[in-house]
Amino acid sequence: MPAVDIQQVTHRYGDHVALRDVTLTVAPGTLFGLLGPNGGGKTTLFRILSTLLTPSEGTARVQDLDVTARPDAVRRHLGVVFQEPALDESLTVAENLRYHGALYGLHGTTLTARLQHLAGVFGVADRLGDRVQTLSGGLRRRTDLARGLLHRPDVLLLDEPTTGLDPAARHAFWQALARLRQAEGTTLLVATHLMDEAERCDEVGILDRGRLVAHGTPDALKTALGGETLWLETADAATLRDRVAARFDLDVRVIGEAVQISHPEAHDLLPALYDAFGPQIDSATVRRPTLEDVFMVHAGHTFEGRTTSSTPALQPAS
Amino acid sequence: MSSAPVVQPVAALWKREILKFVRDRSRLVGALAQPLGFWLLLGLGFQGTFRMPQAEAAGIGYMEFLFPGIVALILLFTAVFTTISVVEERQRGFLQAALVAPAPRWALVLGNTLGGTTLAVLQALLFLLLLPLVGLPLSLTRVALVLLVSVTTALAFTALGFIIAWRMETTRGFHAVMNLLLLPMWLLSGAAFPAEGASVILRWIMRLNPVSYAVSALRQAIYWPDPPTAFAPFGLCLAISAAFALALLGVAAWTVRRPLYG
Repeated sequence: MPAVDIQQVTHRYGDHVALRDVTLTVAPGTLFGLLGPNGGGKTTLFRILSTLLTPSEGTARVQDLDVTARPDAVRRHLGVVFQEPALDESLTVAENLRYHGALYGLHGTTLTARLQHLAGVFGVADRLGDRVQTLSGGLRRRTDLARGLLHRPDVLLLDEPTTGLDPAARHAFWQALARLRQAEGTTLLVATHLMDEAERCDEVGILDRGRLVAHGTPDALKTALGGETLWLETADAATLRDRVAARFDLDVRVIGEAVQISHPEAHDLLPALYDAFGPQIDSATVRRPTLEDVFMVHAGHTFEGRTTSSTPALQPAS
Repeated sequence: MSSAPVVQPVAALWKREILKFVRDRSRLVGALAQPLGFWLLLGLGFQGTFRMPQAEAAGIGYMEFLFPGIVALILLFTAVFTTISVVEERQRGFLQAALVAPAPRWALVLGNTLGGTTLAVLQALLFLLLLPLVGLPLSLTRVALVLLVSVTTALAFTALGFIIAWRMETTRGFHAVMNLLLLPMWLLSGAAFPAEGASVILRWIMRLNPVSYAVSALRQAIYWPDPPTAFAPFGLCLAISAAFALALLGVAAWTVRRPLYG
Protein backbone atom coordinates (compact mmCIF):
# COMPACT_ATOMS: atom_id res chain seq x y z
CA MET A 1 0.00 0.00 0.00
CA PRO A 2 1.57 3.33 -1.02
CA ALA A 3 1.62 6.12 1.59
CA VAL A 4 0.39 8.57 -1.03
CA ASP A 5 -1.53 7.53 -4.11
CA ILE A 6 -2.54 10.16 -6.66
CA GLN A 7 -4.46 8.91 -9.68
CA GLN A 8 -5.20 11.07 -12.71
CA VAL A 9 -5.74 14.25 -10.73
CA THR A 10 -6.72 17.35 -12.65
CA HIS A 11 -7.57 20.63 -10.98
CA ARG A 12 -8.94 23.85 -12.41
CA TYR A 13 -9.36 27.26 -10.75
CA GLY A 14 -11.99 28.66 -13.07
CA ASP A 15 -10.37 28.55 -16.51
CA HIS A 16 -6.86 28.09 -15.19
CA VAL A 17 -5.68 24.47 -15.16
CA ALA A 18 -3.37 24.07 -12.17
CA LEU A 19 -2.90 20.30 -12.40
CA ARG A 20 -3.23 18.13 -15.51
CA ASP A 21 -3.74 14.40 -15.18
CA VAL A 22 -1.14 13.83 -12.45
CA THR A 23 -0.55 10.22 -11.40
CA LEU A 24 2.00 9.55 -8.69
CA THR A 25 2.57 7.06 -5.89
CA VAL A 26 4.94 7.39 -2.96
CA ALA A 27 6.05 4.31 -1.02
CA PRO A 28 6.04 4.41 2.81
CA GLY A 29 9.18 5.86 4.35
CA THR A 30 10.27 7.63 1.17
CA LEU A 31 11.71 11.13 1.13
CA PHE A 32 9.99 12.41 -1.99
CA GLY A 33 10.86 15.73 -3.58
CA LEU A 34 8.32 17.61 -5.65
CA LEU A 35 10.45 19.86 -7.82
CA GLY A 36 9.11 22.66 -9.94
CA PRO A 37 9.05 26.40 -10.48
CA ASN A 38 6.46 28.59 -8.78
CA GLY A 39 3.13 28.06 -10.45
CA GLY A 40 4.06 24.51 -11.40
CA GLY A 41 1.24 23.02 -9.34
CA LYS A 42 3.05 21.97 -6.17
CA THR A 43 0.91 24.05 -3.83
CA THR A 44 -2.31 22.90 -5.51
CA LEU A 45 -1.26 19.27 -5.13
CA PHE A 46 -0.49 19.88 -1.44
CA ARG A 47 -3.84 21.57 -0.88
CA ILE A 48 -5.56 18.52 -2.34
CA LEU A 49 -3.54 16.09 -0.21
CA SER A 50 -4.13 18.15 2.94
CA THR A 51 -7.94 18.11 2.34
CA LEU A 52 -8.19 21.88 1.81
CA LEU A 53 -9.17 21.48 -1.83
CA THR A 54 -11.29 18.95 -3.71
CA PRO A 55 -9.73 17.98 -7.05
CA SER A 56 -11.81 18.66 -10.17
CA GLU A 57 -11.03 15.15 -11.45
CA GLY A 58 -9.24 12.05 -10.23
CA THR A 59 -8.59 10.62 -6.78
CA ALA A 60 -5.98 11.17 -4.11
CA ARG A 61 -5.39 8.80 -1.21
CA VAL A 62 -3.24 9.11 1.90
CA GLN A 63 -2.58 5.84 3.77
CA ASP A 64 -5.29 4.29 1.57
CA LEU A 65 -7.86 6.89 2.69
CA ASP A 66 -9.56 9.02 0.05
CA VAL A 67 -8.99 12.72 0.78
CA THR A 68 -12.39 13.73 -0.56
CA ALA A 69 -14.49 10.94 0.96
CA ARG A 70 -12.74 10.75 4.34
CA PRO A 71 -11.02 14.07 5.06
CA ASP A 72 -11.26 13.63 8.85
CA ALA A 73 -9.46 10.29 8.76
CA VAL A 74 -6.82 11.65 6.39
CA ARG A 75 -6.14 14.60 8.71
CA ARG A 76 -5.16 12.27 11.57
CA HIS A 77 -2.51 10.60 9.43
CA LEU A 78 -1.19 13.77 7.90
CA GLY A 79 1.09 16.53 9.10
CA VAL A 80 1.58 19.74 7.14
CA VAL A 81 4.44 22.24 7.31
CA PHE A 82 3.43 25.37 5.39
CA GLN A 83 5.60 27.89 3.59
CA GLU A 84 5.29 30.20 6.56
CA PRO A 85 5.66 28.76 10.08
CA ALA A 86 2.24 28.20 11.67
CA LEU A 87 3.32 29.74 14.94
CA ASP A 88 1.88 32.57 17.01
CA GLU A 89 4.77 34.91 17.68
CA SER A 90 3.38 36.28 20.92
CA LEU A 91 3.19 32.80 22.46
CA THR A 92 6.12 30.74 23.72
CA VAL A 93 7.43 27.68 21.91
CA ALA A 94 5.79 25.38 24.45
CA GLU A 95 2.46 27.28 24.28
CA ASN A 96 2.45 27.01 20.51
CA LEU A 97 3.15 23.29 20.60
CA ARG A 98 0.48 22.72 23.25
CA TYR A 99 -2.04 24.67 21.19
CA HIS A 100 -1.43 22.61 18.06
CA GLY A 101 -1.33 19.34 20.01
CA ALA A 102 -4.78 20.21 21.39
CA LEU A 103 -6.15 20.55 17.85
CA TYR A 104 -5.40 16.83 17.52
CA GLY A 105 -6.97 16.05 20.89
CA LEU A 106 -3.61 15.58 22.62
CA HIS A 107 -3.37 16.69 26.24
CA GLY A 108 -1.80 16.05 29.64
CA THR A 109 1.36 14.01 30.12
CA THR A 110 1.14 12.41 26.66
CA LEU A 111 1.36 15.82 25.03
CA THR A 112 4.08 17.02 27.41
CA ALA A 113 6.25 13.96 26.76
CA ARG A 114 5.82 14.19 23.00
CA LEU A 115 6.50 17.91 22.97
CA GLN A 116 9.69 17.56 25.00
CA HIS A 117 10.89 14.66 22.88
CA LEU A 118 10.43 16.58 19.62
CA ALA A 119 11.96 19.74 21.08
CA GLY A 120 15.00 17.62 21.91
CA VAL A 121 15.19 16.05 18.44
CA PHE A 122 15.01 19.46 16.73
CA GLY A 123 17.26 21.36 19.12
CA VAL A 124 14.73 23.75 20.68
CA ALA A 125 14.51 22.10 24.11
CA ASP A 126 16.25 25.03 25.81
CA ARG A 127 13.91 27.56 24.15
CA LEU A 128 10.55 26.07 25.17
CA GLY A 129 9.78 28.96 27.52
CA ASP A 130 10.79 31.70 25.06
CA ARG A 131 8.35 33.60 22.88
CA VAL A 132 8.55 32.68 19.21
CA GLN A 133 9.26 36.31 18.27
CA THR A 134 12.67 35.99 19.96
CA LEU A 135 13.65 32.94 17.85
CA SER A 136 15.83 33.01 14.72
CA GLY A 137 14.31 31.96 11.39
CA GLY A 138 16.02 28.58 11.56
CA LEU A 139 14.76 27.83 15.07
CA ARG A 140 11.23 28.85 14.06
CA ARG A 141 11.33 26.41 11.17
CA ARG A 142 12.48 23.60 13.40
CA THR A 143 9.83 24.49 15.98
CA ASP A 144 7.28 24.41 13.17
CA LEU A 145 8.58 21.00 12.10
CA ALA A 146 8.04 19.74 15.65
CA ARG A 147 4.58 21.33 15.51
CA GLY A 148 3.67 19.29 12.42
CA LEU A 149 4.79 16.03 14.02
CA LEU A 150 3.11 16.16 17.44
CA HIS A 151 0.40 13.68 16.44
CA ARG A 152 2.87 11.22 14.86
CA PRO A 153 1.62 11.58 11.29
CA ASP A 154 2.44 8.79 8.82
CA VAL A 155 2.88 11.33 6.06
CA LEU A 156 4.35 14.81 6.42
CA LEU A 157 3.90 17.42 3.68
CA LEU A 158 6.47 20.21 3.61
CA ASP A 159 5.74 23.13 1.29
CA GLU A 160 9.04 24.89 0.55
CA PRO A 161 9.98 24.64 4.21
CA THR A 162 13.36 26.38 3.93
CA THR A 163 12.10 29.57 2.25
CA GLY A 164 13.98 32.56 3.63
CA LEU A 165 16.61 30.56 5.51
CA ASP A 166 20.35 31.14 5.15
CA PRO A 167 22.49 28.19 3.98
CA ALA A 168 23.53 27.19 7.50
CA ALA A 169 19.94 27.15 8.75
CA ARG A 170 18.84 25.21 5.65
CA HIS A 171 21.53 22.65 6.30
CA ALA A 172 20.43 22.31 9.93
CA PHE A 173 16.82 21.90 8.78
CA TRP A 174 17.69 19.05 6.44
CA GLN A 175 19.74 17.39 9.14
CA ALA A 176 16.69 17.60 11.38
CA LEU A 177 14.64 15.89 8.65
CA ALA A 178 17.23 13.12 8.42
CA ARG A 179 17.04 12.53 12.18
CA LEU A 180 13.27 12.42 11.94
CA ARG A 181 13.34 9.77 9.20
CA GLN A 182 15.68 7.66 11.25
CA ALA A 183 13.60 7.97 14.41
CA GLU A 184 10.04 7.66 13.10
CA GLY A 185 10.16 6.46 9.49
CA THR A 186 7.73 9.18 8.43
CA THR A 187 6.98 9.47 4.72
CA LEU A 188 8.08 12.94 3.66
CA LEU A 189 6.81 14.92 0.69
CA VAL A 190 8.87 18.07 0.18
CA ALA A 191 7.90 20.70 -2.36
CA THR A 192 10.90 22.70 -3.44
CA HIS A 193 12.27 24.81 -6.25
CA LEU A 194 15.85 24.31 -5.06
CA MET A 195 17.91 21.75 -6.99
CA ASP A 196 20.23 20.88 -4.12
CA GLU A 197 17.24 20.09 -1.95
CA ALA A 198 15.76 17.84 -4.61
CA GLU A 199 19.16 16.08 -4.83
CA ARG A 200 18.79 15.00 -1.20
CA CYS A 201 15.55 13.12 -1.91
CA ASP A 202 15.13 9.41 -2.54
CA GLU A 203 12.81 10.16 -5.43
CA VAL A 204 11.92 13.28 -7.34
CA GLY A 205 8.82 14.21 -9.28
CA ILE A 206 9.11 17.18 -11.61
CA LEU A 207 6.01 19.35 -11.92
CA ASP A 208 5.83 21.90 -14.68
CA ARG A 209 2.73 23.91 -15.62
CA GLY A 210 0.55 21.36 -13.87
CA ARG A 211 2.08 18.29 -15.50
CA LEU A 212 4.26 15.67 -13.87
CA VAL A 213 6.89 15.61 -16.59
CA ALA A 214 9.42 13.25 -14.97
CA HIS A 215 9.62 10.96 -11.98
CA GLY A 216 12.40 8.77 -10.58
CA THR A 217 15.49 8.73 -8.38
CA PRO A 218 17.75 11.76 -8.91
CA ASP A 219 20.52 9.43 -10.15
CA ALA A 220 18.32 7.62 -12.65
CA LEU A 221 16.93 10.89 -14.00
CA LYS A 222 20.42 12.33 -14.47
CA THR A 223 21.98 9.13 -15.85
CA ALA A 224 19.30 9.07 -18.52
CA LEU A 225 20.91 12.26 -19.87
CA GLY A 226 24.36 10.66 -20.14
CA GLY A 227 27.28 10.36 -17.73
CA GLU A 228 30.24 12.76 -17.67
CA THR A 229 29.58 15.03 -20.63
CA LEU A 230 30.90 18.08 -22.39
CA TRP A 231 28.77 21.23 -22.38
CA LEU A 232 29.24 24.07 -24.82
CA GLU A 233 27.68 27.45 -24.07
CA THR A 234 26.80 29.31 -27.24
CA ALA A 235 24.46 31.94 -28.61
CA ASP A 236 22.61 29.56 -30.95
CA ALA A 237 22.65 26.03 -29.58
CA ALA A 238 20.61 24.41 -32.35
CA THR A 239 22.93 25.63 -35.12
CA LEU A 240 26.05 24.59 -33.26
CA ARG A 241 24.53 21.16 -32.61
CA ASP A 242 23.80 20.68 -36.31
CA ARG A 243 27.30 21.75 -37.27
CA VAL A 244 29.01 19.50 -34.69
CA ALA A 245 26.84 16.58 -35.78
CA ALA A 246 27.69 17.19 -39.44
CA ARG A 247 31.44 17.38 -38.84
CA PHE A 248 32.05 14.76 -36.11
CA ASP A 249 30.56 11.39 -35.41
CA LEU A 250 29.36 12.35 -31.93
CA ASP A 251 26.29 11.93 -29.72
CA VAL A 252 25.26 15.57 -29.58
CA ARG A 253 22.06 17.36 -28.51
CA VAL A 254 20.67 20.57 -27.10
CA ILE A 255 19.74 20.71 -23.45
CA GLY A 256 18.36 23.97 -22.28
CA GLU A 257 20.51 26.64 -23.91
CA ALA A 258 23.67 24.53 -24.16
CA VAL A 259 25.00 21.88 -26.51
CA GLN A 260 25.74 18.63 -24.76
CA ILE A 261 28.18 16.03 -26.13
CA SER A 262 28.34 12.57 -24.58
CA HIS A 263 31.70 10.91 -24.95
CA PRO A 264 33.81 8.72 -22.61
CA GLU A 265 36.82 11.07 -22.91
CA ALA A 266 34.89 14.26 -23.32
CA HIS A 267 37.72 16.68 -22.49
CA ASP A 268 39.97 15.16 -25.24
CA LEU A 269 37.48 16.50 -27.79
CA LEU A 270 38.04 20.10 -26.78
CA PRO A 271 41.02 21.02 -29.04
CA ALA A 272 39.31 19.68 -32.16
CA LEU A 273 36.05 21.44 -31.33
CA TYR A 274 37.76 24.75 -30.61
CA ASP A 275 39.69 24.47 -33.90
CA ALA A 276 36.45 24.01 -35.80
CA PHE A 277 33.97 26.23 -33.95
CA GLY A 278 36.07 28.42 -31.66
CA PRO A 279 34.29 31.71 -32.43
CA GLN A 280 30.85 30.25 -31.66
CA ILE A 281 31.81 28.67 -28.32
CA ASP A 282 31.43 31.04 -25.35
CA SER A 283 32.59 28.47 -22.83
CA ALA A 284 33.07 24.74 -22.44
CA THR A 285 32.65 22.59 -19.32
CA VAL A 286 32.96 18.91 -18.52
CA ARG A 287 30.42 17.88 -15.89
CA ARG A 288 27.61 15.49 -15.03
CA PRO A 289 24.02 16.41 -15.89
CA THR A 290 22.19 18.10 -13.02
CA LEU A 291 18.55 17.98 -12.03
CA GLU A 292 18.23 21.38 -13.65
CA ASP A 293 19.25 19.76 -16.96
CA VAL A 294 16.70 17.03 -16.28
CA PHE A 295 14.06 19.69 -15.76
CA MET A 296 14.94 21.51 -18.97
CA VAL A 297 14.86 18.34 -21.07
CA HIS A 298 11.47 17.29 -19.80
CA ALA A 299 9.81 20.67 -19.45
CA GLY A 300 11.16 22.13 -22.71
CA HIS A 301 12.18 25.39 -21.07
CA THR A 302 14.55 26.64 -18.40
CA PHE A 303 13.63 26.50 -14.77
CA GLU A 304 13.06 30.25 -14.67
CA GLY A 305 10.48 29.89 -17.44
CA ARG A 306 12.45 30.95 -20.57
CA THR A 307 11.85 28.67 -23.52
CA THR A 308 15.02 27.08 -24.80
CA SER A 309 16.28 27.64 -28.39
CA SER A 310 13.96 27.82 -31.36
CA THR A 311 13.85 24.06 -31.78
CA PRO A 312 12.03 22.06 -29.14
CA ALA A 313 14.30 20.50 -26.56
CA LEU A 314 15.26 16.95 -27.35
CA GLN A 315 14.28 13.90 -25.44
CA PRO A 316 17.20 11.74 -24.33
CA ALA A 317 18.60 9.93 -27.37
CA SER A 318 18.67 6.45 -25.89
CA MET B 1 -8.78 9.17 19.08
CA SER B 2 -11.78 7.58 17.39
CA SER B 3 -14.07 10.61 17.29
CA ALA B 4 -12.97 14.12 16.35
CA PRO B 5 -11.47 16.05 19.27
CA VAL B 6 -13.65 18.98 20.41
CA VAL B 7 -12.99 19.88 24.06
CA GLN B 8 -9.21 20.30 23.78
CA PRO B 9 -9.33 22.39 20.59
CA VAL B 10 -12.03 24.70 21.96
CA ALA B 11 -10.12 25.14 25.22
CA ALA B 12 -6.84 25.76 23.38
CA LEU B 13 -8.36 28.38 21.07
CA TRP B 14 -10.02 30.12 24.01
CA LYS B 15 -6.81 30.13 26.03
CA ARG B 16 -4.84 31.54 23.12
CA GLU B 17 -7.21 34.53 22.75
CA ILE B 18 -6.80 35.33 26.43
CA LEU B 19 -2.99 34.93 26.40
CA LYS B 20 -2.63 37.12 23.33
CA PHE B 21 -4.72 39.85 24.90
CA VAL B 22 -2.93 39.79 28.26
CA ARG B 23 0.48 39.97 26.54
CA ASP B 24 -0.48 43.02 24.49
CA ARG B 25 -0.43 45.96 26.93
CA SER B 26 -1.54 48.50 24.35
CA ARG B 27 -4.71 46.52 23.75
CA LEU B 28 -5.34 46.36 27.51
CA VAL B 29 -5.08 50.12 27.90
CA GLY B 30 -6.89 51.03 24.66
CA ALA B 31 -9.78 48.73 25.42
CA LEU B 32 -10.69 50.69 28.53
CA ALA B 33 -9.40 54.18 27.83
CA GLN B 34 -11.32 54.60 24.58
CA PRO B 35 -14.88 53.94 25.83
CA LEU B 36 -14.11 55.87 29.01
CA GLY B 37 -13.02 58.88 26.98
CA PHE B 38 -16.06 58.54 24.73
CA TRP B 39 -18.36 58.46 27.71
CA LEU B 40 -16.78 61.48 29.36
CA LEU B 41 -16.62 63.60 26.19
CA LEU B 42 -20.15 62.86 24.96
CA GLY B 43 -21.58 62.79 28.43
CA LEU B 44 -20.12 66.09 29.59
CA GLY B 45 -20.75 67.67 26.19
CA PHE B 46 -24.49 66.98 26.09
CA GLN B 47 -25.02 67.19 29.86
CA GLY B 48 -26.49 70.69 29.75
CA THR B 49 -28.73 70.37 26.65
CA PHE B 50 -29.99 66.78 26.91
CA ARG B 51 -33.56 66.23 28.11
CA MET B 52 -35.39 62.88 28.37
CA PRO B 53 -38.62 62.89 26.28
CA GLN B 54 -40.69 61.27 29.04
CA ALA B 55 -41.73 63.56 31.88
CA GLU B 56 -41.29 60.87 34.54
CA ALA B 57 -37.63 60.37 33.54
CA ALA B 58 -36.80 64.06 33.52
CA GLY B 59 -34.17 63.68 36.26
CA ILE B 60 -31.89 61.48 34.14
CA GLY B 61 -28.80 63.32 32.89
CA TYR B 62 -26.92 62.44 29.72
CA MET B 63 -23.99 60.76 31.54
CA GLU B 64 -26.49 58.43 33.15
CA PHE B 65 -28.49 57.89 29.97
CA LEU B 66 -25.36 57.07 27.98
CA PHE B 67 -23.98 54.58 30.52
CA PRO B 68 -25.64 51.39 29.20
CA GLY B 69 -24.86 52.57 25.67
CA ILE B 70 -21.16 52.65 26.48
CA VAL B 71 -21.39 49.12 27.89
CA ALA B 72 -22.92 48.09 24.54
CA LEU B 73 -20.20 50.00 22.66
CA ILE B 74 -17.49 48.10 24.54
CA LEU B 75 -19.21 44.80 23.82
CA LEU B 76 -19.71 45.45 20.10
CA PHE B 77 -16.28 46.78 19.26
CA THR B 78 -14.17 44.53 21.49
CA ALA B 79 -16.05 41.43 20.37
CA VAL B 80 -15.79 42.23 16.68
CA PHE B 81 -12.16 43.30 16.69
CA THR B 82 -10.89 40.20 18.51
CA THR B 83 -11.60 38.38 15.23
CA ILE B 84 -9.34 40.62 13.16
CA SER B 85 -6.51 38.07 13.59
CA VAL B 86 -8.63 35.66 11.52
CA VAL B 87 -8.10 37.88 8.46
CA GLU B 88 -4.32 37.60 8.68
CA GLU B 89 -4.09 34.03 9.87
CA ARG B 90 -6.52 32.61 7.33
CA GLN B 91 -3.99 33.25 4.58
CA ARG B 92 -0.99 32.28 6.63
CA GLY B 93 0.16 29.07 8.20
CA PHE B 94 -1.39 29.52 11.61
CA LEU B 95 -5.05 29.11 10.75
CA GLN B 96 -4.35 26.70 7.90
CA ALA B 97 -2.68 24.38 10.39
CA ALA B 98 -5.93 24.39 12.35
CA LEU B 99 -7.91 23.65 9.19
CA VAL B 100 -5.87 20.55 8.34
CA ALA B 101 -6.27 19.22 11.92
CA PRO B 102 -9.08 16.76 12.70
CA ALA B 103 -10.85 19.20 15.04
CA PRO B 104 -14.23 20.03 13.45
CA ARG B 105 -14.49 23.48 11.91
CA TRP B 106 -17.37 24.52 14.15
CA ALA B 107 -15.11 23.85 17.14
CA LEU B 108 -12.71 26.44 15.72
CA VAL B 109 -15.59 28.92 15.54
CA LEU B 110 -16.68 28.11 19.08
CA GLY B 111 -13.17 28.42 20.56
CA ASN B 112 -12.57 31.71 18.80
CA THR B 113 -15.92 33.26 19.69
CA LEU B 114 -15.73 32.11 23.32
CA GLY B 115 -12.30 33.71 23.62
CA GLY B 116 -13.47 36.99 22.11
CA THR B 117 -16.65 36.91 24.20
CA THR B 118 -14.68 36.43 27.42
CA LEU B 119 -12.52 39.46 26.65
CA ALA B 120 -15.46 41.67 25.70
CA VAL B 121 -17.54 40.67 28.73
CA LEU B 122 -14.66 41.21 31.17
CA GLN B 123 -14.14 44.71 29.83
CA ALA B 124 -17.84 45.52 29.97
CA LEU B 125 -17.94 44.35 33.60
CA LEU B 126 -14.87 46.45 34.41
CA PHE B 127 -16.66 49.52 33.05
CA LEU B 128 -19.77 48.56 35.02
CA LEU B 129 -17.77 49.18 38.20
CA LEU B 130 -18.19 52.91 37.42
CA LEU B 131 -21.99 52.65 37.73
CA PRO B 132 -22.07 54.24 41.23
CA LEU B 133 -20.60 57.41 39.62
CA VAL B 134 -24.02 58.13 38.05
CA GLY B 135 -25.76 57.50 41.35
CA LEU B 136 -26.78 53.89 40.77
CA PRO B 137 -25.28 51.50 43.33
CA LEU B 138 -24.05 48.09 42.17
CA SER B 139 -26.01 45.05 43.27
CA LEU B 140 -25.55 41.37 42.65
CA THR B 141 -28.73 41.22 40.55
CA ARG B 142 -27.69 44.19 38.42
CA VAL B 143 -24.26 42.69 37.73
CA ALA B 144 -25.77 39.26 36.99
CA LEU B 145 -28.33 40.69 34.54
CA VAL B 146 -25.72 42.81 32.78
CA LEU B 147 -23.52 39.70 32.57
CA LEU B 148 -26.34 37.74 30.89
CA VAL B 149 -26.97 40.39 28.25
CA SER B 150 -23.23 40.93 27.76
CA VAL B 151 -22.56 37.26 27.04
CA THR B 152 -25.29 36.99 24.40
CA THR B 153 -24.33 40.30 22.78
CA ALA B 154 -20.59 39.54 22.72
CA LEU B 155 -21.22 36.05 21.30
CA ALA B 156 -23.33 37.54 18.52
CA PHE B 157 -20.71 40.11 17.57
CA THR B 158 -17.65 37.83 17.74
CA ALA B 159 -19.58 35.50 15.44
CA LEU B 160 -20.40 38.44 13.15
CA GLY B 161 -16.74 39.50 13.17
CA PHE B 162 -15.70 35.95 12.32
CA ILE B 163 -18.12 35.77 9.39
CA ILE B 164 -16.82 39.01 7.88
CA ALA B 165 -13.17 38.25 8.69
CA TRP B 166 -13.41 34.91 6.88
CA ARG B 167 -14.31 36.70 3.64
CA MET B 168 -11.87 39.58 3.94
CA GLU B 169 -8.50 39.76 2.21
CA THR B 170 -7.02 42.64 4.22
CA THR B 171 -7.33 43.95 7.76
CA ARG B 172 -7.92 47.40 6.28
CA GLY B 173 -10.99 46.11 4.49
CA PHE B 174 -12.15 44.47 7.69
CA HIS B 175 -11.81 47.75 9.60
CA ALA B 176 -13.74 49.63 6.92
CA VAL B 177 -16.62 47.14 6.72
CA MET B 178 -16.94 46.74 10.47
CA ASN B 179 -16.97 50.48 11.17
CA LEU B 180 -19.55 50.96 8.46
CA LEU B 181 -21.70 48.31 10.10
CA LEU B 182 -21.07 48.82 13.80
CA LEU B 183 -21.39 52.58 14.14
CA PRO B 184 -24.93 52.86 12.67
CA MET B 185 -25.99 49.76 14.58
CA TRP B 186 -24.83 51.38 17.80
CA LEU B 187 -26.19 54.86 17.03
CA LEU B 188 -29.60 53.47 16.07
CA SER B 189 -29.96 51.24 19.13
CA GLY B 190 -31.22 53.75 21.65
CA ALA B 191 -27.70 53.90 23.07
CA ALA B 192 -26.92 57.48 22.05
CA PHE B 193 -30.41 59.02 22.06
CA PRO B 194 -33.79 57.74 23.29
CA ALA B 195 -36.04 56.18 20.64
CA GLU B 196 -39.08 57.91 22.14
CA GLY B 197 -37.87 61.31 21.00
CA ALA B 198 -36.85 60.22 17.50
CA SER B 199 -38.86 60.51 14.25
CA VAL B 200 -41.24 57.69 13.34
CA ILE B 201 -39.05 56.23 10.56
CA LEU B 202 -36.03 56.16 12.83
CA ARG B 203 -38.07 54.55 15.55
CA TRP B 204 -39.01 51.74 13.19
CA ILE B 205 -35.41 51.18 12.16
CA MET B 206 -34.46 51.07 15.80
CA ARG B 207 -37.11 48.42 16.45
CA LEU B 208 -35.58 46.24 13.73
CA ASN B 209 -32.04 46.67 15.01
CA PRO B 210 -31.07 43.70 17.20
CA VAL B 211 -28.67 45.90 19.20
CA SER B 212 -31.67 47.95 20.42
CA TYR B 213 -32.81 44.94 22.43
CA ALA B 214 -29.37 44.47 23.98
CA VAL B 215 -29.19 48.18 24.92
CA SER B 216 -32.73 48.13 26.29
CA ALA B 217 -31.93 45.03 28.36
CA LEU B 218 -28.75 46.67 29.69
CA ARG B 219 -30.71 49.83 30.55
CA GLN B 220 -33.33 47.82 32.42
CA ALA B 221 -30.62 45.79 34.19
CA ILE B 222 -28.82 48.76 35.73
CA TYR B 223 -32.07 50.12 37.25
CA TRP B 224 -33.18 46.72 38.54
CA PRO B 225 -35.52 46.09 40.42
CA ASP B 226 -37.26 49.27 39.11
CA PRO B 227 -36.53 49.31 35.38
CA PRO B 228 -37.82 52.27 33.38
CA THR B 229 -40.63 51.65 30.90
CA ALA B 230 -39.20 50.13 27.76
CA PHE B 231 -40.51 49.05 24.36
CA ALA B 232 -39.95 45.40 25.32
CA PRO B 233 -39.64 43.69 28.72
CA PHE B 234 -36.22 42.42 29.89
CA GLY B 235 -37.01 38.75 29.21
CA LEU B 236 -38.04 39.43 25.62
CA CYS B 237 -34.96 41.60 25.01
CA LEU B 238 -32.68 38.87 26.33
CA ALA B 239 -34.43 36.21 24.27
CA ILE B 240 -34.05 38.27 21.08
CA SER B 241 -30.35 38.86 21.87
CA ALA B 242 -29.83 35.15 22.44
CA ALA B 243 -31.64 34.21 19.23
CA PHE B 244 -29.55 36.74 17.30
CA ALA B 245 -26.36 35.23 18.78
CA LEU B 246 -27.41 31.67 17.93
CA ALA B 247 -28.29 32.63 14.37
CA LEU B 248 -24.92 34.33 13.81
CA LEU B 249 -23.02 31.43 15.39
CA GLY B 250 -24.85 29.14 12.98
CA VAL B 251 -23.90 31.30 10.01
CA ALA B 252 -20.27 31.41 11.24
CA ALA B 253 -20.13 27.61 11.53
CA TRP B 254 -21.59 27.34 8.03
CA THR B 255 -19.13 29.92 6.69
CA VAL B 256 -16.02 27.99 7.77
CA ARG B 257 -17.30 24.83 6.12
CA ARG B 258 -16.82 26.47 2.76
CA PRO B 259 -13.50 25.47 1.23
CA LEU B 260 -10.74 28.08 1.36
CA TYR B 261 -9.83 27.59 -2.28
CA GLY B 262 -12.06 27.19 -5.31
